[in-house]
Amino acid sequence: MLSKRSLAALFSLLVSVLFAGVALAADLPGLVSNLTTGGLGDREAAITALAVSGEERAAPILEALAAGQLYVRTADKLAVIGMPAGNDLALTDAISGKPAGTATESDLDRVRINNRLRGTLDDALGTLTLMSRDPRMRRNAADSLFKRRDPASLPAIDKALAAEKDAGIKRLFNEARASMILASADASKEQKLEAIATVRDRGDGDALGMLDNAASASTDADVKAAATAAAGTVRSTLAIWGAAQNVWYGISLGSVLLLAAIGLAITFGTMGVINMAHGEMVMLGAYTTFVVQQTIRAYAPDLAEGSVIVALPLAFLVSGAIGVLIERTIIRFLYGRPLDTLLATWGLSLVLQQAVRSIFGPTNREVASPSWMSGTFQLGQLNITYGRLWIVVFALLVFAALMLLLRRTPLGLYMRAVTQNRPMASAMGIRTPRVDALTFGLGSGIAGLAGVALSQIDNVSPNLGQGYIIDSFMVVVFGGVGNLFGTLVGATALGIINKFLEPYAGAVLGKILVLVFIILFIQRRPRGLFALKGRSVE
Amino acid sequence: MITRFFWHGLDRYVRVMVAVVLIIGLAMPLLNLLMPQSSPLYVSAYTLQLFGKYLCYASLALAVDLVWGFCGILSLGHAAFFALGGYCMGMYLLRQIGTRGVYGNPLLPDFMVFLGYKELPWFWHGFDSFWFAAPMIVIVPSVLALALGWFAFRSRVTGVYLSIITQAMTFALLLAFFRNDMGLGGNNGMTDFKDILGFSVQAPGTRAVLCFASALALAIFLAISGAIVGSRFGKALTAVRDAESRMRFLGYRVEGYKLFVFVLSAAMAGIAGALYVPQVGIINPGEFSPGNSIEAVLWVAVGGRGTLIGPVIGAFIVNFAKTYLTGALPEVWLFALGALFIGVTLFMPKGVMGLWAQYKARRARPKRTAAA
Repeated sequence: MLSKRSLAALFSLLVSVLFAGVALAADLPGLVSNLTTGGLGDREAAITALAVSGEERAAPILEALAAGQLYVRTADKLAVIGMPAGNDLALTDAISGKPAGTATESDLDRVRINNRLRGTLDDALGTLTLMSRDPRMRRNAADSLFKRRDPASLPAIDKALAAEKDAGIKRLFNEARASMILASADASKEQKLEAIATVRDRGDGDALGMLDNAASASTDADVKAAATAAAGTVRSTLAIWGAAQNVWYGISLGSVLLLAAIGLAITFGTMGVINMAHGEMVMLGAYTTFVVQQTIRAYAPDLAEGSVIVALPLAFLVSGAIGVLIERTIIRFLYGRPLDTLLATWGLSLVLQQAVRSIFGPTNREVASPSWMSGTFQLGQLNITYGRLWIVVFALLVFAALMLLLRRTPLGLYMRAVTQNRPMASAMGIRTPRVDALTFGLGSGIAGLAGVALSQIDNVSPNLGQGYIIDSFMVVVFGGVGNLFGTLVGATALGIINKFLEPYAGAVLGKILVLVFIILFIQRRPRGLFALKGRSVE
Repeated sequence: MITRFFWHGLDRYVRVMVAVVLIIGLAMPLLNLLMPQSSPLYVSAYTLQLFGKYLCYASLALAVDLVWGFCGILSLGHAAFFALGGYCMGMYLLRQIGTRGVYGNPLLPDFMVFLGYKELPWFWHGFDSFWFAAPMIVIVPSVLALALGWFAFRSRVTGVYLSIITQAMTFALLLAFFRNDMGLGGNNGMTDFKDILGFSVQAPGTRAVLCFASALALAIFLAISGAIVGSRFGKALTAVRDAESRMRFLGYRVEGYKLFVFVLSAAMAGIAGALYVPQVGIINPGEFSPGNSIEAVLWVAVGGRGTLIGPVIGAFIVNFAKTYLTGALPEVWLFALGALFIGVTLFMPKGVMGLWAQYKARRARPKRTAAA
């Protein structure tokens, strides 16, 4: 039995095959008159025909129809598109696209559409965009056609395929075409097998669903077998991509942990200072970003895109300066009493939190991401957001810079010397108090940098830091105290473990399991993954 | 006889403290019950509840002090033991509600009906009886402390590392108890308690008894701690705090000492938590938050670690200030708390008790010079 839809398909097939280019242009008035005055069936056919006509005027006409702006002028039966202009409507000749004066609504008859026609119209508009000049529109059209898998659009896609020059879009068109062939009842076996191969090569979740469908619905044994085999291939590829996606999420989480923990690795790892206010240094960095953004918005709106860049050095300086201040006023009196340092810095964190709450209010502050940090892109089947990608890059840059600083500069040399043997370093003429202050300032400054990055992905609130402090300690202890490389490995490993547990255990339980894992791990290796060896450890 | 052992083993100041706690703990509820409201000696129900709460906090502080002040283990997870004891009591109290809940289900507490539970989870069985719940209040925190301590002390996790893993433990429990799937009330916790041992928890008489029970518990904990600290075992404990490696080389099994005190301290915290819950009328996962544990450590630091009286005084001072400030000047409270943390560690490492000792030393010195 032939449905209306397949009739329409048949009709459009006829149109596209029999009439080409010029012949169609001549037929435009005929189609439009069918559209405006014909019966329901005529209109439906006309819409489909217009869609595949490749006619320049087709898009504005159909869009106007969809928007209820296609009219027939009562006086001369001319089809016009009416745009509101004051109380009147500014008219455009639907066929020629030339202005046709103005009219009031009472002089015009609106071309009405019902729900059925609306459906056809939506399909038609989808098809139309296949011929659009904008490659992005064509991509989207191919994508939606692929998902709709309506054999009725076959002629349209064939035509688009013939006209397409871009290889990437051509592939998308081919895939969309394959999806239609798989769904069509009257495609030949060879066509179907070919389509299965095309869909298999696409290899994503949609393709899998389609192949599973084909495998269960198909009556032909060969097609069935091919579809089943293809679905199997796609499934295993997808599993690998899924794992890769998890690894990426893990790396992304790991980079955040690394940023938050690396400052701590310096203060805790090399100075033996438990800085519970470390999270608040991160929070101060985030608030610095907020202040910079507001200032730039107020005084130089053109530079708003770069406010994050401006915030980086400022956040480093703000948090670093406060770090030096803390070291000079509180921490230096508590060296050798780590548990007391812990309590004092916890108190400090409460003071800083309340101070920020008093100044900026308890609610979340909004920090906008610049455009170059928003959006996503696809790498194979991987979804990667630019923001996360930048944070990973940034974390690695900070890590590399810190390594360089510690290994290649005089300050780094002093820091390592003081860490390893304070009295000896002092005897060699290093001013250990100054090095202590700078080291603490450096650790805090890096926390400030972390704050800039976290302001892009987390809520900027007075509690921002608290959420990271325990995780940061876990990373440092897990990686091995006093070893920056251990912190890198620890952060990445914990990030990946967390993300692999999440699908099975859920986010919260996953986190709990990671905590329990670390508690048990510390029992096995009390000094972490990469423990320092030697007498200075005790 | 046992009482005599305790009494004689006790330091003079601890004896005074035990007596003071018992007398005030008896007087406050009696003044509430017997005095007419117009009398200046009348203790309002609110004050009584507050006092009972402080007594529980003081017990928690004492528990922290026992491990930190005398054994050098800075636990940042004692609020977890406190909360576990509280949850055991909460489970008992919730089962006592019976059909008086919103949904009137005779077996399942309201939140389970709400979450669509069909039957009671296995770990809820038995909690309808007080004589099952009461030992659980001690056993659950102790077992957790035993497991954690057994592993940690045996692998010689000490100092800051131990602090961090105890903090991780309480954080993990916080996350776990926030989950609705835990079957323990999720983030709302447990509340709306009706009866304890057949008496209404709202009744003045019950409240008075609960308050006295808290005082009694604190007094007993003080006595036990005092007896332990004063004994040979206590001396060894202090030695472990000051020179762990040397004690090990001398042939002492350091792990055993630490484990014993840690478990005892956890049990004390659990009982304190169990007494706390019926008085405040709610228990929720917020009790597990790492901040609570650190605050308990602060009480000890303020009062004076390594003394038994200090933590009790510290808990009262800090909590009184907290009640007053959060009511009168809520903005200021966190500044004050933070400043207290910093000030106490920098200027009063021995807390209030240290000030007392300093004062005594200053008075004693001129005398000696005069004699010489």
